[in-house]
Amino acid sequence: MPETPAIEVHHLTKQYPTGKRAVDDVSFDIPRGETFALLGPNGAGKTTTVEILEGYRTRTGGEVRVLGHDPAHTTRSHNARIGIVLQTSAESPNVTVAEQLRHFTTFYPTYRSVEELLQKTGLETQRNTRISRLSGGQRRRVDVALGIIGRPEVLFLDEPTTGFDPEARRQFWDLIDEVKHEGTTILLTTHYLDEAAHLADRAAVIADGKLLDIAPIDEIGGAEARTPRIRWRDEAGNVHEERTHQTTKRIRQSADPMHDLEVIRPSLEDVYLGMVGQR
Amino acid sequence: MNTTAIGAHRIGYELRSYFRAPDAVFFTFLFPIVMLALFSVAFSSAPNIQAGPNVSVDYATYYLPGLVATGILLSGTQSLGVDIAGERSDGTLKRLGGTPLPVVSYFIGKIGMVLVTTVVQTALLLAIASLVFGVDLPTDGGAWAHFAGVMLLGVATSCVLGIAISALPREGRRATATIAPIVLVLQFISGVYLPFTQLPDWLQNVASVFPLRWMASGMRSVFLPDAFASAEPGGAWHLGLGALVLTAWLVLGAVACLLTFRWNRKDA
Repeated sequence: MPETPAIEVHHLTKQYPTGKRAVDDVSFDIPRGETFALLGPNGAGKTTTVEILEGYRTRTGGEVRVLGHDPAHTTRSHNARIGIVLQTSAESPNVTVAEQLRHFTTFYPTYRSVEELLQKTGLETQRNTRISRLSGGQRRRVDVALGIIGRPEVLFLDEPTTGFDPEARRQFWDLIDEVKHEGTTILLTTHYLDEAAHLADRAAVIADGKLLDIAPIDEIGGAEARTPRIRWRDEAGNVHEERTHQTTKRIRQSADPMHDLEVIRPSLEDVYLGMVGQR
Repeated sequence: MNTTAIGAHRIGYELRSYFRAPDAVFFTFLFPIVMLALFSVAFSSAPNIQAGPNVSVDYATYYLPGLVATGILLSGTQSLGVDIAGERSDGTLKRLGGTPLPVVSYFIGKIGMVLVTTVVQTALLLAIASLVFGVDLPTDGGAWAHFAGVMLLGVATSCVLGIAISALPREGRRATATIAPIVLVLQFISGVYLPFTQLPDWLQNVASVFPLRWMASGMRSVFLPDAFASAEPGGAWHLGLGALVLTAWLVLGAVACLLTFRWNRKDA
């Protein structure tokens, strides 16, 4: 029997009473074990989509399934199989990191030990610190620890590293890589494209609630959008730029000397900005 | 873990975070004590309150039962309502709603926390009333069993009303402003600060619909001499009727909680 995808989204629509469509006919499947990034500018509909899948919001059209279950009907047993890291951390209680983790383990039928979580998230030295006294990045790591505490089959990460410094982001990536290698399906929203490039197998770009493209990370936007550019300065000091697939040929054939020659392969960011900017 | 075991775990968790906010603990615990001190001092030169020949009590004794009742309502309805409204607006409930935590376990945690804090708070109030203001506390076991009954029913009713009322404020910042006035009005019309039978009949009738009036008269029946029953409406404590009204609110509140409680405002 072929395994059903971990997440199925078919013609998902969320229309507000005002008529505004936050999500407009979005479809995608995420097979088990895949890390999938949802990219898009602020207000594109990323969080709305994710919160519908998490069970926090209701949809107005289409079908969604998470592990075969309709998340509009939350049940204990379903919530035990998913992990959620919300976009904003909850106001932190007057309990320590270890106390918070230990308490949350009581909710789940199977769970990671507090020691494992502290070690994985690098919070060992903060174990007896109250959460209200942690830095923003450390609190976010507690959020992630709570997200993976019940060994979820599907993990939702909504802009998990906003406000992280580069080192913290790098550590976070290592942690997610580990979770990913345990076979967890991950749905990630981010507007850091390097994050998507590092973590995700596939990505979808949405803007104004519509799905613009969906592809493996290095194919997003299609081949045309990835045409390399060559840039150089001529004898007179003027800068030239050309798009061509035949870069070496073009350079070899140049009659005039090319100074400060650069061959630029469009980064994911270039491709993404091209897509989102076209609109 | 099952629902009850998780609920029990949550009581410990709630208490831990409760007692780690010392300023809030201080003022919540202190409020009834300050009021008792205020009334005792304000009326210290006034003659004792009479209830028939040879039966009289001083003002500290007279105000103690109402303040015990008010302490229960403040911890249950007001503090808990504001607490939950705050948790709803700061994302705590949203986070919990995404976990397998049963709603009932969450309620057990909150009600258990209120029960423990109310018992400590009341014990402190009674101790100070007795040691500082010379109030004579009941000595027979029957009165204390009766006290425990009124207390338990009062706490349970106040808590479900607190949970239900937490849905009223649109945002956590306004929770105190929305909930406190309701509780304050109840205190004034339920015979906590003003002698109940001095209120106009219609206002007594209005107050008799609400739980605080019955919690207060239930506590008066414990702490005041029996002769004071004559100062109640109809000249009797009406304990059975009080229990009935409180139970009705308990059931009504519990139904309201189960029907209206949401981890988050969907689509807010």
